[in-house]
Amino acid sequence: MTQKNRVSTLFVHAVLLLGAAIMVLPFLWMVLTSLKTVTESTSMNPFYFFPSRVMWENYSEVWRQTDFLRLYWNTFAMMALRVLCGVTFSAMAAYAFARLKFPGRSFFFSLVLFQMMVPTQIFIIPQYLMVDQLGLRNTILALLFPGLVSAFGTFLLRQFFMGLPKELEEAAKLDGCNIGQTFLYVMLPLVRSGLAALSIFTALFSFKDLMWPLIVNTDSSAATLSSALAKIQSAFAVHYPELMAASVLAIWPMLALFMLFQKQFIEGIATSGGKL
Amino acid sequence: MQSQAVKRTSGKKAWKEWAWGWFFIAPTIVGLVVLNLIPMAQSAYLSFFKSGDFGRNNIYVGLDNYRKLVQDAQVWHAVANTLLYAAIVVPVSIALAMLIAVLLNQKIAGRSAYRTIYFIPMIAAPAAVTMVWRWMYNQQFGLFNYVLSKFGLPPVDWISNPRLALVSIAVIGIWSVVGYNMVLLLAGLQEIPKDYYEASDIDGAGRIRQFFVITLPLVTPTLFFVVVTSVIQAMQVFDVIFMMIDVTNPAYDHTVSLVYLFYNSSFKYMDRGYGSAIVMLLLALIMIITFFQMKAQKRWVHYQ
Repeated sequence: MTQKNRVSTLFVHAVLLLGAAIMVLPFLWMVLTSLKTVTESTSMNPFYFFPSRVMWENYSEVWRQTDFLRLYWNTFAMMALRVLCGVTFSAMAAYAFARLKFPGRSFFFSLVLFQMMVPTQIFIIPQYLMVDQLGLRNTILALLFPGLVSAFGTFLLRQFFMGLPKELEEAAKLDGCNIGQTFLYVMLPLVRSGLAALSIFTALFSFKDLMWPLIVNTDSSAATLSSALAKIQSAFAVHYPELMAASVLAIWPMLALFMLFQKQFIEGIATSGGKL
Repeated sequence: MQSQAVKRTSGKKAWKEWAWGWFFIAPTIVGLVVLNLIPMAQSAYLSFFKSGDFGRNNIYVGLDNYRKLVQDAQVWHAVANTLLYAAIVVPVSIALAMLIAVLLNQKIAGRSAYRTIYFIPMIAAPAAVTMVWRWMYNQQFGLFNYVLSKFGLPPVDWISNPRLALVSIAVIGIWSVVGYNMVLLLAGLQEIPKDYYEASDIDGAGRIRQFFVITLPLVTPTLFFVVVTSVIQAMQVFDVIFMMIDVTNPAYDHTVSLVYLFYNSSFKYMDRGYGSAIVMLLLALIMIITFFQMKAQKRWVHYQ
């Protein structure tokens, strides 16, 4: 390596490290603050970067005041149901749109495209009124409701199905498979990467969703992690160590999932971006 | 006779395919009609009504909500804030994402570690993330003002100064989305054939020239996708502003976004008719912007 190359590599690392530090700093500060006393966290002179004594008590305090197990369950159930319904129905519809010929195909597909172009807030008031009339407010089903089907998922998986060779279906037909069997046993396993990408997308975006759970599930026992945080913020006012402890408790499960499946996360996003 | 029999079986087969097709799309189409199409029409319909007490007994008011909308200073604030937010977040986040993607699109140690770290903000719930930023922005005890004080600078009121608050919020928006855009752009960069660079190396083109002559034109399809989706996302900004700015904050008028205003009208003040009118305005804005982006596409996007 030449001298000039080495200098430029060093420079690149310096830029990337600076950026990485900015990405991580808020999380670091969240954890550090969550372990301080209120006095320490608001002391400017002396300034405490690290807690002088680790205050696990902040965590037990928010854990005592907020039923986090409940929030974990609600959030997990919402994510799981949305992934299950969204991915199943999208895969079925995507296969039909990509590989089958039937009257009305392009008309119905234009509905899918249309939904994707409209801002989601336009559905919220009527969806809320429907949930209200069905008597589903403050239930897990209410959290699932807008995610029952997915236009985005249908579009995404259609791209994956379209990339498969025609011969597969013909071979399956010769082996005596009907269309349902071809879909289930031959085609579906071949778009596994698409299914994984859609599952990750769906799980991530339902985890981050704030407005819908805030609106339909106003009881604290039916809240999700996101919507509960919004209420905790006003309850703890300026007790930042406790607020930060609550934030840590709210984000660690997704962070752990991301660390475990980072390759799938990033590649899922990358491939689906290219597919759209 | 025989040809008729063949025709009949193939007709039966075609019919079977139709049945399977309809069966497969049925859940999604029924769902889209019930959950999206009808609600959209209902929102449009509701925008001509004034919500009665407790959201019942709607009264038909014709264009009154739209008349109110045009005269409502807050709506115009919200339109301006939303557009300004998008005008800051979209170009800055994409430029930074492009820089990082280009730096990572080469043999470099720790490449996947960098990719992972830059993506982390995308994973965290906006509610949690906004809380820690709010804490760092805190005027008396925040980390940023502490650092400023070490340099002998006076404290800044990051989130209650009407002229600064939207920029502080946009910083959070940029921070959250940079890694996501970077991953998409990096995927686009990796599609560019290596021999283009080798050829221009022989011609003696420098790195910066290579970027403008090869990289940028060839990545424009991905860039276009990222720009369009980023603009739509930015126009719908809500979470960060909702968590950061209370209605009582002096910077409220200078930070409230259209979606935040929609939320307040519909679910805080329970005026669903007016809320629906606001969301129709948002729809119109997004449609207009997307239309012009599609038009402009031909002038700068190079499809191979």
